Amino acid sequence: MSRRSAAGERAPAPVTGSPLLEVEDLRVRLRTPRGPADVVGGLSYAVRAGETVAVVGESGSGKSVSVLALLGLLPSRTATVTGRALLAGEDLLAMGPRRLREVRGPGVGMVFQDPMTSLNPVLSVGRQLTEGLRAHEDLSRAAARDRARELLAEVGLPDPRGALDRYPHQLSGGMRQRVMIAIALSCSPSLLIADEATTALDVTVQAQILDLVERLRSEHGTGVIWITHDLGVVAGIADRVLVMYGGRCVEDGSAEDVLTRPRHPYTRGLLGALPDLAEPGADGEVPELRTVPGTPPQPTALPPGCVFWPRCPVRSDPRCEHEQPPLAAVGRPSSAVSTSASEEGAAGAGGVVHRAATWCEEEAG
Amino acid sequence: MTATSGARAGGQEAGADVLVRVRGLEVHFPVRSGLLRRTTGAVRAVDGVDLDIRRGETLGLVGESGCGKSTLGNALLRLVEPTGGQVSFDGQDVRGLSRRGLRTLRRRAGMVFQDPFASLDPRLTVAQTVAEPLEVHGLHEGRQARARRTGELLELVGLDPAVAGRYPHEFSGGQRQRVGIARALAGEPDFLVCDEAVASLDVSVQAQVLNLLRRLQRQLGLTYLFVSHDLSVVRHLSDRIAVMYLGRVVEVGPASAVGTDPQMPYTRALLSAVPTPDPAAERGRQRVVLRGDVPSPAAVPSGCRFHTRCPEVFDPCADVDPALQPVGAPGQLAACHLHGVVSQTDALAPGT
Repeated sequence: MSRRSAAGERAPAPVTGSPLLEVEDLRVRLRTPRGPADVVGGLSYAVRAGETVAVVGESGSGKSVSVLALLGLLPSRTATVTGRALLAGEDLLAMGPRRLREVRGPGVGMVFQDPMTSLNPVLSVGRQLTEGLRAHEDLSRAAARDRARELLAEVGLPDPRGALDRYPHQLSGGMRQRVMIAIALSCSPSLLIADEATTALDVTVQAQILDLVERLRSEHGTGVIWITHDLGVVAGIADRVLVMYGGRCVEDGSAEDVLTRPRHPYTRGLLGALPDLAEPGADGEVPELRTVPGTPPQPTALPPGCVFWPRCPVRSDPRCEHEQPPLAAVGRPSSAVSTSASEEGAAGAGGVVHRAATWCEEEAG
Repeated sequence: MTATSGARAGGQEAGADVLVRVRGLEVHFPVRSGLLRRTTGAVRAVDGVDLDIRRGETLGLVGESGCGKSTLGNALLRLVEPTGGQVSFDGQDVRGLSRRGLRTLRRRAGMVFQDPFASLDPRLTVAQTVAEPLEVHGLHEGRQARARRTGELLELVGLDPAVAGRYPHEFSGGQRQRVGIARALAGEPDFLVCDEAVASLDVSVQAQVLNLLRRLQRQLGLTYLFVSHDLSVVRHLSDRIAVMYLGRVVEVGPASAVGTDPQMPYTRALLSAVPTPDPAAERGRQRVVLRGDVPSPAAVPSGCRFHTRCPEVFDPCADVDPALQPVGAPGQLAACHLHGVVSQTDALAPGT
């Protein structure tokens, strides 16, 4: 019986120091049979050591594609990636395949959503773990195997020695996901990217995995990008949150700011649409859920103005229909927001600027 | 038999207007091995479930993957054959039904499936999909009557009747799920089993479908068995909640009682593991993290099935199989020795 450590003990991420990863104006355009699709349209963010940045959005919002693009995992024939992504000062997007291969592993580890399809079913767990280790580090077979066993023990797999010789189908979903995390961590990456890593898991197993990632973050100072659609998970682990819609970042800031003082109508709609576990379930008298009408836009046919305009319940500014509102600092009334110069002043909890791409007034929605 | 059933149900009020009554239901799948494919064991997917579903209510059925909740939902409509126990639907024994009786049952009891991408025939138009049950059951005969009824059904679930000629691939996930619901409603059922009906939908679309299900219930007086792994959704929609673990219902009761004051350690762990979108609450709370995984239903632990992972395990748990007993709020039952040791055999004894 382990208990999750309470809030007070959670060491906040260091705010100072240069970022581990700095993404600037990342754009991804895919060639599709229905014409070009702007799947990611100008994304900028930074991740510092020991910090967890959550990227939230619904399916098709471009959240997965944006990280696949960083690691050069999109097919080059159909995808055009522009922008800059500096990992420790080096641009990931400008790297050749060989350099990129060196970086994946010690630089960036990635955990994919479905551990059944991302593990090789015909190779033993030990083989899949040592493959990366031996490719990146000069280790003997025996030493790599020892290291693999340590890694499996670290991610909390029962009987790590025995697990080395087992195959993915012999493990449960939670155990497979632990193996995936062990592989991602095998070369001690400075940055861990998890794409819907707990979505396929039961809540009790999810709690175990979240605990594990939290421990790694605080013990090793790993920077984490956590991609999810689950705002509940975000609240538990994220220092900063970035909300994506239609390939754009519509709101970002500290988890506190974004989840408790959302400013963009989409973020508000998303939070309002969540059934509340704590809500009094007086028989039949539960209030209707607030919904966001309609469905997300197709990336091949984005609206000309604000990406959210067709579904927006507010539409308080006539410009929205034809013009994309810029991501601008919002936040506490005390910090008079004028223009870009005031961004430092608008910094919320933990020195993180709260920004939203909206012209809506505070009270609207 | 009724006396036994009453005792087994351990206090599920006999007076309530029960639409679906389940007693000792078992669904065991044989495990075959060896050259002769001899039966060497059984996966006990559903293993002795007692449950009442009252007319007009929503009973939420929650549990982790592999706990048997979908199998239970399917067994109620005999989409899988139960291997033991009883199911009665509106007083009628479901297990003894003839082919014709079964057809009537499936008109009165419908099913909404999880994956609207897999459960709609890609080669049928929406109108054909929705009209198929009408044909099967011989309802609204005549082409015009059927087209009218199809239009009504589409309107009922919030789709424009003009889309009747389109194919499933032209719709989004949420719209497809609406088509699935329209099809389930075609036979004018009293009872719907919704098996993870919103699990594959995005949050904003999920809310639309949940609101639709609630509106339809009020409008048509439907009874729901809402099977889901998502406690927040179940809590939102249900009047009562039943929690399943390894083929058994381990706790059942009013949604408010089970949701706020669970009496079984497993329910407590499950609830504490649900993340909520409130950073302050998330960081401050003590989460009960269970060790290990759910044991295999082919090798169910002795005694209480949860004892291998239970944080509060004590003496009798490994040996005595607990029966549901009334604890906590009125109508709340839990199978846990913390509230006094009552074994399955004790609970059976008075009637047999």
